[in-house]
Amino acid sequence: MKNSLITITFILSFCISIITATIDNSYAAGSDTESPKQVPWSFEGVSGKFNIPSIQRGLQVYREVCASCHGLKRIAYRNLKDIGFSNDEIKQIASEATVLDGPNDDGEMFERPGLPSDRFVGPFLNEKAARAANGGAFPPDLSLMVKARVDGANYMYSLLTGYGVAPTDFQLAEGKYYNKYFPGGQISMPPPIDDEQVEYSDGMPATKEQITKDVVNFLHWAAEPEMEERKSIGAAVLVYMFIFTLLFYIAKRRMWAKMKDM
Amino acid sequence: MASNKSKESKLDKYKNIVVDWIEYRLPVFSFMKHQSEYRTPRNLSYLWSFGSIAGIALVIQIVTGIVLAMNYTPHVDHAFDSVERIMRDVPYGWLIRYTHAVGASMFFVAVYCHILRGLYYGSYKGPREILWWFGILIFFAMMATAFMGYVLPWGQMSFWGATVITNLFSAIPIVGETIVQWLWSGFSVDNPTLNKFFALHFLLPFVIVGLVILHLVALHTHGSNNPTGVDVKSEKDTVPLHPYYTVKDFVGFGVYFIIFFYFIFFLPNNLGHPDNYIPADPLVTPAHIVPEWYFLPFYAILRAVPDIGFGEVILVSSKLAGVIAMGASIAILFILPWLDRHPVRSGRYRPKFKIAYWIFVIDALMLGYLGAQSADGYTLGMENVTLGRICSILYFSHFLIILPLLSKYEKALPLPKSIHEAVKEKK
Repeated sequence: MKNSLITITFILSFCISIITATIDNSYAAGSDTESPKQVPWSFEGVSGKFNIPSIQRGLQVYREVCASCHGLKRIAYRNLKDIGFSNDEIKQIASEATVLDGPNDDGEMFERPGLPSDRFVGPFLNEKAARAANGGAFPPDLSLMVKARVDGANYMYSLLTGYGVAPTDFQLAEGKYYNKYFPGGQISMPPPIDDEQVEYSDGMPATKEQITKDVVNFLHWAAEPEMEERKSIGAAVLVYMFIFTLLFYIAKRRMWAKMKDM
Repeated sequence: MASNKSKESKLDKYKNIVVDWIEYRLPVFSFMKHQSEYRTPRNLSYLWSFGSIAGIALVIQIVTGIVLAMNYTPHVDHAFDSVERIMRDVPYGWLIRYTHAVGASMFFVAVYCHILRGLYYGSYKGPREILWWFGILIFFAMMATAFMGYVLPWGQMSFWGATVITNLFSAIPIVGETIVQWLWSGFSVDNPTLNKFFALHFLLPFVIVGLVILHLVALHTHGSNNPTGVDVKSEKDTVPLHPYYTVKDFVGFGVYFIIFFYFIFFLPNNLGHPDNYIPADPLVTPAHIVPEWYFLPFYAILRAVPDIGFGEVILVSSKLAGVIAMGASIAILFILPWLDRHPVRSGRYRPKFKIAYWIFVIDALMLGYLGAQSADGYTLGMENVTLGRICSILYFSHFLIILPLLSKYEKALPLPKSIHEAVKEKK
């Protein structure tokens, strides 16, 4: 009894230290910025799933709004199969991009339409070109953005809907926009999303909030496309491990019971 | 006559010409015999499972690590991309990588439990001092391996963590700068540093395997300690390791893997820092550079130490003093068997030691918490720096003041006559 108490205390204290370490990461985000709004996402929790219709709309938002400045270089067009696009649709989407390929046999670079095996073609050739086109600011690649920020999905939702008028005592730099969710409070990106910014073909009302939700769902998929498979394997593995542990516990009890009167 | 002969051959020979031939040249069979007959105290609790759990954790790290190495590119321009390729394009690459990353944390969980168990039950006391030393060496090697492994994905925290930690050596007088450049193989953390860390990260786990073997040889010389801390006196005090503790250890493995798999499949990134999903950029410093959770208590001690000197005259800079204190916080464990000289091993029979022990554990957890906070913040109404100093002083006084005093003045409760008696009494 006493032993198990000590064991439990040990395990608990480590769980606590792990949890605090996890929470601490969110403290590290900075004390001067507002903590993100909490949105209920379909992908959260042990049985979380991708919201495929929303992700598909999010792709549309990315292509029509974000893609003019932000790349998505870790996703290939073929990956869109995971979110319900057919091979023909993927070929169509890929071919709308222009890929710089080469050198060919004459030693020259050439342009060709994109193929499903290509990665998403970014808006700029390199970082210098991106900075030149954006007043010195560099719009980051979005492939991993949801995983690269504390509370990523909520943070991005809050950031995209968080533009406002700066308080009177706030020193806003030239060409910057006030956003209380961005570290430091000012961001180079103009408010990108507005009501009716895109037109959805599935009849979903294109409110600012809905558009933002869709694009965040899409970017979450882009950041961890393995999530659904991971969670479903995980559930099976945990069930297996519970049975494994229980059987060994029973075996242990029976084996040690025989020894008691030794 | 005949029975006498068979008895003799049982002791020395295996009655099989091939077996005997091999045994004479390489004693594998007597080694196997030792394993099958190895006896352990009959009263070990589940806390004794953490040793073999840590062993399994090491094997998992080596196996997943080798598979990762087959797909990883140690170059500043390709490291981050190759890790993402593992995550997205290598079949089940995400599973291998998450197992390796979470596995490092779980390895530390197992080893910390193992160390704290040893501290509570006095497992470091004679005749197990060398066993204890090898444990500390393993811990040091683990820390170095984990640190270099965290650098390999070449994210922001990889790069800046490497920069901060390697820079610590510049605090050493006269040769400091030279040592740092030697570590970097250059004038900053760059491609040669990454290559070097990859090579060492591959090498060190096998050094750990060697240390573990020595740890086990030392363990099997005098056998395991036990919750009473009383030596084994007769066969009645022990049971064969197999099957009694193999089956018990498997229960421990089960619980360990449930926690392990829960993190791998459902919270794979919660133990790491989101900044490490941003590719390393030497021109952009992250707002807060935080080490992995398992280094936090030592990081807090590093930051707690002020400049040492008189007024304007600084004898030892806070950086150097911090580095020394951080190293000493672990190295002090080497002399622990001579700091705690109380004749009773187990904390179970030492009421005052028990209190000191739990204060120490809470203090260490507090240091871990403070390690993750910014130095200018407040906790429990106190400045983090001040609290960090109090906790650091408490950490060292536990070893340098409290344990020596307790060994002199603490009166222990009566010990059971033997392990066998103790088990009987419990029933």
